Amino acid sequence: MECKLSNNVNVEALKAKHVILHESNFEPKEIYRGYADRSLYVNLTTNEVKVKPISEEMKNKFIGGRGYGMKYLWDAVNPDTRWDSPENEIIIAQGPIGGITQYPGAGKSYVVTLSPLTDLPIDSNVGGYFGPLSKFCGFDALEVQGKAKRDVIIFIDGDNNKVTIEEAPEECVNSHILAEVLTEMYADSEEDKRNVSVVSAGLAAENSRIGLLNFSYYDLRRKKCKLKQAGRGGIGSVFRNKKIKALVVKKTGVKGDLNNPYDMDTIVKLGLKLHREIYENDKDQCWMRVHGTTQLIDAMTPHDLLPVNNFQYGQHPEALKLGKNSFEKMFDLGKPDGCWYGCTLACAHALKDFEIKTGPYKGQKVFTDGPEYESLAGCGSNCGIFDPVALVETNFYCDTYAIDTISFGTTCAFIMECYERGIIDQEVTGGLDLRFGSWEAQMELMHQMARGEGFGVVAGQGIHRLKRLFVEKYGLDRAFLEDIGMEMKGLEFSEYITKESLAQQAGYGTANKGPQHDENWLIFMDMIRNQMPTFEDKAEALHYFPLFRTWFSIVGLCKLPWNDIMPADNHLTDEPAKVPEHVENYVALFTAVTGKDFSKEEMLLQSERVYNLQKVFCLKMGKGLREYDYPPYRSVGPVTVEEYESRKELYDKQLIEKVGVDPEGLTVEDKIQALRKYREEQYQTLLDAVYKRRGWTLNAIPTLEKLKELDIAYPDVVEVVSRFL
Amino acid sequence: MKIVASKPELCIGCKACEEACSKVLFKDTDAEKSAIRITPINGEGYDINVCNQCGECIDICPVQAIYRNKNDIVMIDKDKCVHCYACAGFCPLLAMRYHKDVVGPFKCISCGACTRACGTGAIFLEDIIY
Ligand code: SF4
Ligand code: SF4
Ligand code: SF4
Repeated sequence: MECKLSNNVNVEALKAKHVILHESNFEPKEIYRGYADRSLYVNLTTNEVKVKPISEEMKNKFIGGRGYGMKYLWDAVNPDTRWDSPENEIIIAQGPIGGITQYPGAGKSYVVTLSPLTDLPIDSNVGGYFGPLSKFCGFDALEVQGKAKRDVIIFIDGDNNKVTIEEAPEECVNSHILAEVLTEMYADSEEDKRNVSVVSAGLAAENSRIGLLNFSYYDLRRKKCKLKQAGRGGIGSVFRNKKIKALVVKKTGVKGDLNNPYDMDTIVKLGLKLHREIYENDKDQCWMRVHGTTQLIDAMTPHDLLPVNNFQYGQHPEALKLGKNSFEKMFDLGKPDGCWYGCTLACAHALKDFEIKTGPYKGQKVFTDGPEYESLAGCGSNCGIFDPVALVETNFYCDTYAIDTISFGTTCAFIMECYERGIIDQEVTGGLDLRFGSWEAQMELMHQMARGEGFGVVAGQGIHRLKRLFVEKYGLDRAFLEDIGMEMKGLEFSEYITKESLAQQAGYGTANKGPQHDENWLIFMDMIRNQMPTFEDKAEALHYFPLFRTWFSIVGLCKLPWNDIMPADNHLTDEPAKVPEHVENYVALFTAVTGKDFSKEEMLLQSERVYNLQKVFCLKMGKGLREYDYPPYRSVGPVTVEEYESRKELYDKQLIEKVGVDPEGLTVEDKIQALRKYREEQYQTLLDAVYKRRGWTLNAIPTLEKLKELDIAYPDVVEVVSRFL
Repeated sequence: MKIVASKPELCIGCKACEEACSKVLFKDTDAEKSAIRITPINGEGYDINVCNQCGECIDICPVQAIYRNKNDIVMIDKDKCVHCYACAGFCPLLAMRYHKDVVGPFKCISCGACTRACGTGAIFLEDIIY
């Protein structure tokens, strides 16, 4: 397989090798008030392509985006289906607000599939133009089922109303090349390139369970494809297992009104207000337009929230090297960096002429998207690596090889801790010297993953399976690995230290898909501002925020313009953490697009339906009970003597004031045990309160009353729940 | 380049400029469709708001729809524009306009019609170099 850079590639020759397996036309369809009311179904086993109508019932109940994804997947799979079963689907859906150009952050797609890491439905949000463009072709969702025999491209041609499935044997699968090659191949001209978007994976996605999907969009000024990632849960591994090389969409003539909304005037006015807020306030608030999410390194470190050396510590003297000042110098700034038209929060910064030092692209200068906070913390500080230039390369390879920087980083950190503690050695790692701080070893691990070789393939199975291997094959202490292996339900933790925030521990712990922060980020409210002193307060937040945040995923919006920019007087409102004015904007926006009456209450109800369906789905797939919400102790408190000692004063004080134990004269081990007993009890008490607030049993099962209240008590849903009640 | 410059102290608020502009841009007399805007300041004189052709909006546009024409005037290519209004939100002077009956943003094209309609010399074309 040719894996050279695009300017060395003969696109015509590659295209000549394509074999058309299916070609069909579809009726054009205009969007009405945010909806096409159709989905495109593709089966790669049979090469069947169908245009499916979307019923009013589906639309009213599940709204779009993740809602559609969950419902389609629910209908497609049975409890025995696994990620690599042919009936597993990858669904990419947009949501009614998705595709408007006037309100920042309206270009997101939501991807749903059964995860190879968790065996549960996973959902991941992603920018880039694929979602909006495929909606403008007349589809609210794309469902791909079945498995191809050989590598294929699915091409949705919205200009000629045609879908093809093409065998594509020769293109390199690595995304930074493939996106460029296919954009060139399917666009008619340089100007036309912005009308093409490519979804692709990469070599490491094929050999691991942590593969991601890249969604491209063409940057007119830099004349390069930029990539945004549907990162979590191994979706890219499913994609490559189905032998999908790429999805390509083409649609020319994007304008601001293609959603055919009910009330354009309101949409523009809301958008203008937010653009101005960003113009005026970004540099007093988050500096997203300059630093992107790298500023979070600077924000987390002073509060002991940045994971260092596998979540043992919350800060490091070198941490700020990975922060905003380093990247402000490296980023190619001053150009529109939104991942869809009209996003002036523009967090998606890139670097040009970046020289690669390792692997197959060694010595080449590449244009590359810059690392996000999660990548810097996961592959950087959490692995003891503090060189920002090195991290750009780590991020480049994770993207082009298509693996999730969070799962890769957290897994690597776990391996490094085992290695440093001497409980695994080079015999296990195949000779890799995986100490904290060793970037070279980290990169070699990743290159092995891409080549399908050695310990890289083993590591690519994720922490859950590594723990089992280390216990069963090498006889390691299971209890210790359970304490320090930062995964739940099979998914690796994203990159925040939660030891001092009980609410966030449960935020991670109760998240349907596994420990990812998109459902909850409560640390500042809980730990720093102490705004939720009681269990009930925390439970209320753990009810409200997951539902509120789920709503972005069903309507097609990005979460960042909700609270990474705020009105200047937000702190004077009753509930600043909710950003009330922006919530009002969203309520108005929904009506302005769909023409439907809407309210804050209705917003939560829409989410709650999808959220509960996803919960029942977890039960259907064999996880989802309370016991799956128990976290590794490392996320709750100090596991080791070193961790305890690193914040001894804090912990000793807590023993006296909260636990009622005098630390004087106790060994550190005894103190750890006393603190652990207390914290684990607190966690269980909070779980009780959360489940109660959500209308679930104490075993985390949605009650029949709850399902009826939400109007989703379908026979097959009730059947699953009844088994456990 | 020629920009519309002003001496607000000479403005009497007759709004003849707004009407002239609206006519040139949209063959209409709706003052809301004018690129130049006259606003009374608390009963004490008038604020005159119009684009100074600074060009900041050029770099904001995601589709390169905004450009300088051969006279260096900042123009919008309607065919390319995707109506995101980023340019309007990010104009330092708030001189990029929106009107609900007009598709896409609009702005001063420095034609001088308003200056010719002004009877007091409060607005005039001025040659400047950026
Ligand atoms: S804030 Fe960033 S991720 Fe969100 S839509 Fe804008 S550019 Fe994309
Ligand atoms: S519209 Fe605003 S940003 Fe654009 S040239 Fe005029 S004054 Fe400058
Ligand atoms: S509204 Fe049109 S001209 Fe203005 S920034 Fe958006 S695309 Fe460019």
